[in-house]
Amino acid sequence: MRNLSVNKHLLLALLGLGNVVYAGSVFAEYKYNMTQGVTPISGEIYDLHMMVFWIVTAIGIGVFSVMIYSIINHRKSKGVKPAEFHESTEVEVLWTIIPFVILIFIAFPATKTLLALEDSSDADVTIKVTGYQWKWHYEYLDDDAKGLSFFSNLDAESNEARQLGANQDLSQVDHYLLNVDNPIVLPTNKKVRFLVTSNDVIHSWWVPALGVKQDAIPGYINDTWTYLKKPGVYRGQCTELCGKDHGFMPIVVLAKPENEYKEWLAQKQAEKKAAEEEAKGVWSLEKLMTKGEQVYNTSCAGCHQANGKGLPGMFPAIAGSKIALGPIADHINTVMNGKSGTAMQAFGAQLSDADLAAVITYERNAFGNNTGDAVQPSDIKSAR
Amino acid sequence: MSTATAHDTAHDHHGPPAGLSRWLFTTNHKDIGTLYLWFSFTMLLIGGAMAMVIRAELFQPGMQIVDPNFFNQMTTLHGLIMVFGAIMPAFVGLANWLIPMMIGAPDMALPRMNNWSFWILPFAGTLLLSTLFMEGGGPNFGWTFYAPLSTTYGPESTDFFIFAVHLLGMSSIMGAINIIATILNMRAPGMTLMKMPLFVWTWLITAFLLIAAMPVLAGAVTMMLADRHFGTSFFNAAGGGDPILFQHVFWFFGHPEVYIMILPAFGIISQIVPTFSRKKLFGYSSMVYATASIAFLSFIVWAHHMYTVGMPVAGELFFMYATILISVPTGVKVFNWVATMWRGALTFEVPMLWALAFIFLFTLGGFSGLMLGVTPADTQYHDTYFVVAHFHYVLVAGALFSIIAAVYYWLPKWTGHMYDQTLAKIHFWWSVISVNILFFPMHFLGLAGMPRRIPDYAIQFAEFNQLASIGGFAFGLSQLLFLYILIKTIRGGEKATDKVWEKPEGLEWTVASPAPYHTFATPPQVK
Repeated sequence: MRNLSVNKHLLLALLGLGNVVYAGSVFAEYKYNMTQGVTPISGEIYDLHMMVFWIVTAIGIGVFSVMIYSIINHRKSKGVKPAEFHESTEVEVLWTIIPFVILIFIAFPATKTLLALEDSSDADVTIKVTGYQWKWHYEYLDDDAKGLSFFSNLDAESNEARQLGANQDLSQVDHYLLNVDNPIVLPTNKKVRFLVTSNDVIHSWWVPALGVKQDAIPGYINDTWTYLKKPGVYRGQCTELCGKDHGFMPIVVLAKPENEYKEWLAQKQAEKKAAEEEAKGVWSLEKLMTKGEQVYNTSCAGCHQANGKGLPGMFPAIAGSKIALGPIADHINTVMNGKSGTAMQAFGAQLSDADLAAVITYERNAFGNNTGDAVQPSDIKSAR
Repeated sequence: MSTATAHDTAHDHHGPPAGLSRWLFTTNHKDIGTLYLWFSFTMLLIGGAMAMVIRAELFQPGMQIVDPNFFNQMTTLHGLIMVFGAIMPAFVGLANWLIPMMIGAPDMALPRMNNWSFWILPFAGTLLLSTLFMEGGGPNFGWTFYAPLSTTYGPESTDFFIFAVHLLGMSSIMGAINIIATILNMRAPGMTLMKMPLFVWTWLITAFLLIAAMPVLAGAVTMMLADRHFGTSFFNAAGGGDPILFQHVFWFFGHPEVYIMILPAFGIISQIVPTFSRKKLFGYSSMVYATASIAFLSFIVWAHHMYTVGMPVAGELFFMYATILISVPTGVKVFNWVATMWRGALTFEVPMLWALAFIFLFTLGGFSGLMLGVTPADTQYHDTYFVVAHFHYVLVAGALFSIIAAVYYWLPKWTGHMYDQTLAKIHFWWSVISVNILFFPMHFLGLAGMPRRIPDYAIQFAEFNQLASIGGFAFGLSQLLFLYILIKTIRGGEKATDKVWEKPEGLEWTVASPAPYHTFATPPQVK
């Protein structure tokens, strides 16, 4: 069935080739053209794009018509004699000046849009966006949301389906590769400013519907902004090659009216408090292992692989590793502080005490590393 | 290719030695040109095979064939091999074969260095390809190798990549020095600069670009090497360095580089269009000035590859204005070619077909280039398939098509045989149709939001990817037909006349076909 539908779409796509613009309206999602987006800037960008597109189309029609006319009428087989002319200063000057004037017509609106796009002043809400290999981290910086921060990973369903040879029916996966576990939530009708940076390599935060694409660069904090007019779900992806799983760190923006946004903030903060309370107790090995497996799969499996075997020459194995079988303190230190000069990140700031305790316990007991050690959240707390 | 020694020249008594040593020790510009061309064709097939892996994985959503890390190695090496192994050496090969014959010189000015600049290449290419078999795999950070992905996070084989780039750079610089020395010193009496064929002019300007740009690339990779092994932090923010500096240095090389790959193409088209229009090239001097203007502008537009890194507004405005300005001299070139055809007496031999396809498709690539140059719009286009579509239109339908056009145009002169016209026409139509099925849908993919360099994609991109893959396999296959046609022509075929075409202009058509091993031992007199 699926193959059949792909072929039908292929046929549609072939037909669509001659129908460059606006055929997108046939489909629910934009397929042929840039999105107009949902912000003032994305609309301006779209208009600029279409203006330049129509200008080059007009020039193309002009130049190609002359060429085609020549190809049809000025052929030797029609018995024409070649003309002798081969230079004209007037013509050269003319076709230097006319394109120049056209460029000035393009430069004016482009400059205006660019200045608007770069003006991130007077924001109502500020959020720090940090790129990690291969996930996004969002931190809400305003007073009413102080301390609220979380990671946003490719959601589990897509993550499973995207494995080599998984061979799943992808049309059954909810927004395959464009879905996350924790979307970033933004209020509508507010100017939202993003401070974009990276923890490791360069990433780029792109949501087409917002008209926002900003590189996340280690050591830099770039800023950009958006102003969402209507609630909705807007999806995007990382657009700067950032290593193995570059294709698997999507972005989902959830735009909510201000009152719902406030409710969401309150709920998130309550959840955080509950988790902190829970971390205070003593955890059973079983509980640590269950939680540890989850954390491992979102934070560690990207490099060390779900089977703990790593990728030889790139990422070391956890199974049978000296660190996972050695002293607990060294293991905690490696996970929390990373290993400089390698791709091993410092997870101390990324994960909670409970998450760290669970994942370290998991690494020490899974993949045949049966040490029997249970690391408690309190051990992590004292190691901080 | 040319083994004929029967022609009466003063050098017959020391024609080419037989066997392998002929090729290893040769200082003959025609032999070296042949070596360059075969090397680049081999690299085209290897880089093409990698593209086939990429298109096979992207044939449908989901991961079926390779893992993401290997996919990244394929995109990286495909880019590096096509740029440094296929396109650039092919143009140097054409320069070797043609420039001495076009300016009436007996050989290149520095024949021994010429031998060396070629023989570095197979070693550099092997070094680069050997990384695929190393532990940890080959370079996987894209052909632009942005730090810190390529430094702190690069695989161990990155050091081999760095040395391969050094070697390729040395080869290019030596080739460029040789070309400049030849053109400036060895022109036949009466061959003033403004009488030189356009191919010679465009190569002269390209050679200066190479000398200016390649050392910058060497600097970038050397700084990488120091960051990786000697504790420096040029590009490492944690040590006080700057990852954006890498991009500035890389693109200060990289943008002139794209003109290095297209200016000689302009020269080729400017040779072919007049021959088959039976009319002189329109606006010769404006073509020369336009080439020089493009070369100058190519050094002040590099940061248009970096509109999203967070540059100050003033910088973004400057680079936008400078970038869109390039469309003026580029437009002048296209207008001049069209004016050359206008009221000519056109015929459509195979080289002309490729040249016409070049003009149409390169112009399309130019249009998307203008769109990309507009900074706010680039916010949406940047690093999507729209960019992939753009640069493949200018590099495949542009640079590669011009090289194929050149091969068909001069092949009878090189081999003394006419190519098989029917097969060559099939090759042309097959390529030109499949190349558009391959790259045109990528415009839509990019606009609809598909990022480049991803091994898997959301299902709304499935149809166009499938279409592009079908085009890709067909295009790949069509170049095997090209290989067959080449071998067939070298082995035999209808005898070519000395002039080959009805009324070609240039000194290379005044010597016998195939061109004797040594030409213009006595310089011709140019009126």
